[in-house]
Amino acid sequence: MTGAPAPKFAAAARVALADTRARRELRAAAAVFGRRRAAVPEPPDWEALRAAGHAIRDAALLGLDAHLERLERAVTQAGGTVHWAADAAQARRVVTALSRAAGADRVVLDDSLPVRELALDAALSRAGITTAGPPARGADPGGEAEDGGGAARVAVAGVDFMVAETGTLVFVEAGDEPRASGGEAETLVAVAGIETVVPEWRDMEVLLQLLPRSLTGERMTALVTCLTGVVPGDGPREVHLVLVDNGRTRVLEDEIGRDALRCIRCRACHHVCPVYERTGGAPYGPVHTGPIGAILTPQLRGVESAAAASLPYASTLCGACADVCPVRIDIPEVLVHLRGEVVESRRARPVPPPELVLMRGLAWTMGEPRRYEAALRRGTRWARLAARGGRIRRLPGLLGAWTDARDLPAPPAEPFRAWWARRRR
Amino acid sequence: MSARDEVLRRVRSALGDERKPPPPVPRGYARRSAEPRADVVALFTERVAEGGAAVRHVGADELATAVAAALWGREVKRIAVPADVPYGWLAELDGVRALADSPPLDAAALAAVDGVVTGCAAAIAPTGTVVLDGGRAQGRRALVLAAARHLCVVHADQITATVPEAVARLDPVRPLTWITGPRGARGLEVLVVED
Ligand code: SF4
Repeated sequence: MTGAPAPKFAAAARVALADTRARRELRAAAAVFGRRRAAVPEPPDWEALRAAGHAIRDAALLGLDAHLERLERAVTQAGGTVHWAADAAQARRVVTALSRAAGADRVVLDDSLPVRELALDAALSRAGITTAGPPARGADPGGEAEDGGGAARVAVAGVDFMVAETGTLVFVEAGDEPRASGGEAETLVAVAGIETVVPEWRDMEVLLQLLPRSLTGERMTALVTCLTGVVPGDGPREVHLVLVDNGRTRVLEDEIGRDALRCIRCRACHHVCPVYERTGGAPYGPVHTGPIGAILTPQLRGVESAAAASLPYASTLCGACADVCPVRIDIPEVLVHLRGEVVESRRARPVPPPELVLMRGLAWTMGEPRRYEAALRRGTRWARLAARGGRIRRLPGLLGAWTDARDLPAPPAEPFRAWWARRRR
Repeated sequence: MSARDEVLRRVRSALGDERKPPPPVPRGYARRSAEPRADVVALFTERVAEGGAAVRHVGADELATAVAAALWGREVKRIAVPADVPYGWLAELDGVRALADSPPLDAAALAAVDGVVTGCAAAIAPTGTVVLDGGRAQGRRALVLAAARHLCVVHADQITATVPEAVARLDPVRPLTWITGPRGARGLEVLVVED
């Protein structure tokens, strides 16, 4: 979180692309995921589960206010305390104050998405509180006692799902990423994005099948913990739930863009994305990466900044992400929609950006078949002149910016429509 | 305005006044299974083994011997057990010290044991998962997750054929721990008791 403007995706990606070792590792990670997934055959009802997951997440979002209120009641009734935070600064203040109130000079913090999003590590350090990761499970027996990871009074953990009906918090752990939700600490501070709520307990029967397979390629993750309020004699004596907005309601406003909030953070779209496979996470910015990051970050932050506005272009629109997404988010559709928003937000500027000139021109040309065919013939001739070795590397004039990060195949000598018309004659 | 009211106001304004009710959730996925019990139990065994955990079938009358054999096999010398573990499970222990978690063992005592023996609330055949809910013979979460080795006793009738069957059987108000494979609990071992 520095003050300098973040680089645009294409600029950051060029740096990442130069790092061949990182690219090899990314390819290897995608391959491991693919192998694991292939080793576990898709269950016969996978498509039915995806359809249900899609509907459950939509129901959660479309009734978000009622679900959050119901959740708050259930958590409170079970002995927990609910806090609300409209933005990251508020959330940081709440977590810091809770840690201080518990008298902790040391806090166990997991590496979950909300913890990273809110930069809680830095916030607690600034408040003079030492932070440590949760003890690794599956490490050598005996190792834990020395690192003393279990001894902290306060644990801060990111929530994966919360059940409005029962007030249950669900933590999903792949074996290599332990959560701080274990029974060790006296005070648990659970941090959750407001969109992670689901209406009913039985919705977990769907999500606990969709998430593990999409997250690790396995049938079930190593550990799942479901915690409802305070349980006497078992685990934390105080359970705090911090509900965080931080831009999510802004995403909710957009009827197409809000589909991104269905996300259950499985990262399956990362593993199949040809852009992410080559660039890695860094060019997307610090929190949300990969295809979902490309549609979520510009909406959370607004498309006014150059870095966020460049993200909807960080895609080839190949559609692999939509095919793999367990809750069927149509990422390419949202990308195209957001590109429109980016262009719109610049419409007001004195000199219209090239995309807008192009779009307006296209609309006029494609509005009428004869004009379209004439333009195709003309365009083909021009494009073949611009091509070198069958690829167009740089378009002339204002259009040049578009080819900064793209090569185009040169069009064939005869366009499809002309060939078709000739054949029919 | 409080943060709570501000967030709820934003949610309402984002969703607008003319909200469409969400379409009903299509629950056409496999919820119940008509598979014969024997096949369900066999599938559970297969999946636990596939996940890399040792699993054995025993008759109810062989359980005490099997528990002792499993612990000897791993050279486990000190175990912690929930206070209400059935006495019969531990009847054959010889040379293994069992500490009951009552009064609750402190962190130092937990760190000094090399295994725990528990029951479970449900098990899931297609995923090879055991689920503990803090009920009889299951203990608190810290006890289960602290030790290096976890020997879990599963009765055959606790094994469900689908994830939805397990979710329906479990009470979400109890603290639930779903353990799959040896990466969840270190060194998971499962004894399936055919009653
Ligand atoms: S958008 Fe990506 S990370 Fe989110 S649920 Fe879909 S596949 Fe998973």
